[in-house]
Amino acid sequence: MKLALGPLLYYWPRSVVLGFYDEIADSPADVVYLGEVVCSRRHEVTFEDWLAVGERLAAAGKEVVLSAQALTESEGDLKLVRRAAANGRFRVEANDWGAARILAGTPGWVAGPHLNVYNPATLALVAELGATRWVAPVEATRELVAGMLGERPAGMQAEVFGYGRMPLAMSARCFTARRYDRQKEDCGYACLEHPDGMMLATREGQPFLAVNGVQTLSAGVYCLADELEALAATGVDLLRVSPQWHDTADVLFALRAACDGALGSFDARKALAALAPGALWNGFWHGHAGVRSP
Amino acid sequence: MELVCPAGALPALKAAVDHGADWVYLGLRDDTNARNFPGLNFDEAALAAGLAYAHARGRKVLMAVNTYPQAANWPRWTAAVDRAARLGADAIIVADAGLMRYACRAHPRLELHLSVQGSATSYEAINFFHEHFGVKRAVLPRVLSLAQVEQVARRTPVEIEVFGFGGLCVMVEGRCLLSAYACGEAPNLSGACSPAHAVRWHETGAGLESRLNGILIDRYAAGERAAYPTVCKGRYAAGNDTYYAFEEPASLNTLELLPEFARIGVRAVKIEGRQRSPAYVAQVTRVWREAIDALKGGRFAPRTEWQAALARHAEGSQTTLGAFSRPWK
Repeated sequence: MKLALGPLLYYWPRSVVLGFYDEIADSPADVVYLGEVVCSRRHEVTFEDWLAVGERLAAAGKEVVLSAQALTESEGDLKLVRRAAANGRFRVEANDWGAARILAGTPGWVAGPHLNVYNPATLALVAELGATRWVAPVEATRELVAGMLGERPAGMQAEVFGYGRMPLAMSARCFTARRYDRQKEDCGYACLEHPDGMMLATREGQPFLAVNGVQTLSAGVYCLADELEALAATGVDLLRVSPQWHDTADVLFALRAACDGALGSFDARKALAALAPGALWNGFWHGHAGVRSP
Repeated sequence: MELVCPAGALPALKAAVDHGADWVYLGLRDDTNARNFPGLNFDEAALAAGLAYAHARGRKVLMAVNTYPQAANWPRWTAAVDRAARLGADAIIVADAGLMRYACRAHPRLELHLSVQGSATSYEAINFFHEHFGVKRAVLPRVLSLAQVEQVARRTPVEIEVFGFGGLCVMVEGRCLLSAYACGEAPNLSGACSPAHAVRWHETGAGLESRLNGILIDRYAAGERAAYPTVCKGRYAAGNDTYYAFEEPASLNTLELLPEFARIGVRAVKIEGRQRSPAYVAQVTRVWREAIDALKGGRFAPRTEWQAALARHAEGSQTTLGAFSRPWK
């Protein structure tokens, strides 16, 4: 099982981002997804920065993929997608059908988790358009993934979201700006103050959601450390880890050890529980509510 | 501009046709559509009767097959598409790209509309579905501003349909797993958001509580108007503030934007609410029919009695122009 580090979903200061990927260069991640997928207002890290980070990671032996923004609303958003698609150096992850149209015919693009590829017919379609990797939607059950890979197109890899706060929803509206009574276009970049998302608890104090600008994530952390054998048996090639403010490299080391059998699933879960910014949940994989624990 | 109205059952379909809908949209009694609620929707006999009723009056019927099939249940979705074609539905509304390809290969003459659940928010995405499957119309997610809708309409040959009235998703449709996260079922795979079986109301000392799968979505003081507990309409605590973290419960009402819709080339306006009563369908359809006809007459101003009639059917206590006007911009 290879390990993939998904795109950074949060908004961090530029120096922190660059330092973070220096650390990732020495981590056991095999594939690293780069780029801003959540909000086009975020500008700490420029496109040129992302390309430079990509070169640094490629030199360290990582496969680099540029991820396209998940929600495109304006011509400006589409320009960002086209620029990523035309980068000429790295593969690109499409996160909507507009990006798929732009990438069609380019060999080796990645059908991202927001593209809604839920069945073999749609997987066959993206394969014909040149995709060579499918990232399952985060709500995918084992049954869904197994059904998909029972009819796997030739050369298609499968990646499953395996660790991190679950990306659950996107909106045109910015909920971090709303918290501060700011307009979206005058948000003051409040996301910088919430490097793991802004926690929302229920009115009885149960941690429930994490707000990340226009994106809503789970408060708990998805963790498939107990399911590594099942994932491999199902034919999954890559496990995606989503970046978090602290200890992302340690998460990758723990999962690498677990995949290699150097760490049992009990110990892996214990190690990850100590590193996670919330409770560990895995309901989706088992066909339950996402909030469920093993 | 065409008026597209909802029907959860035959009486609502008749109400929509009788009060001036150009199109009525409906779904089968299963998870192949995004209003998979107990007791709602059409079996084959009701569908045939509904098609006959609408066609006899020169109206069209759209069948929604707009959830996402998986390998294990794929035949149920293709059977729904086949049934729509066989019984003579005028078009189907589809979200899944693979299913759309099935439909255009198996039934090349069946008109295809891209569902709001397909999450196509740009002309690039809509043109993808047009080039590959000949999609004739696309329903836009409720996240675009008027200017953005105009941009989309200018750059695609596909007819543009927008939501005009009814319940409002604040998240991009087809991209929202909040309900699955809380209770295991959400629109994409199960055709339901906050399904009734997972919802509980409790009168407590602290007030009326709404829960989804045991999770407290909101608590209402005496006199506060309670909303159906979808995750996005709840009140939560961030730090010391407890508030509607996403949006106050409100209904979309864009009646005043009709002239703008016409100017930018919107081809159809859709009324939300297959889960609502035939009385809702009748009254909302009547108002929108009169408004669209008034627009054709050239002098349009929303009448007070229209707005009053619509206000009676709004969910929550207020209406909003939603993303079209972007008050949060």
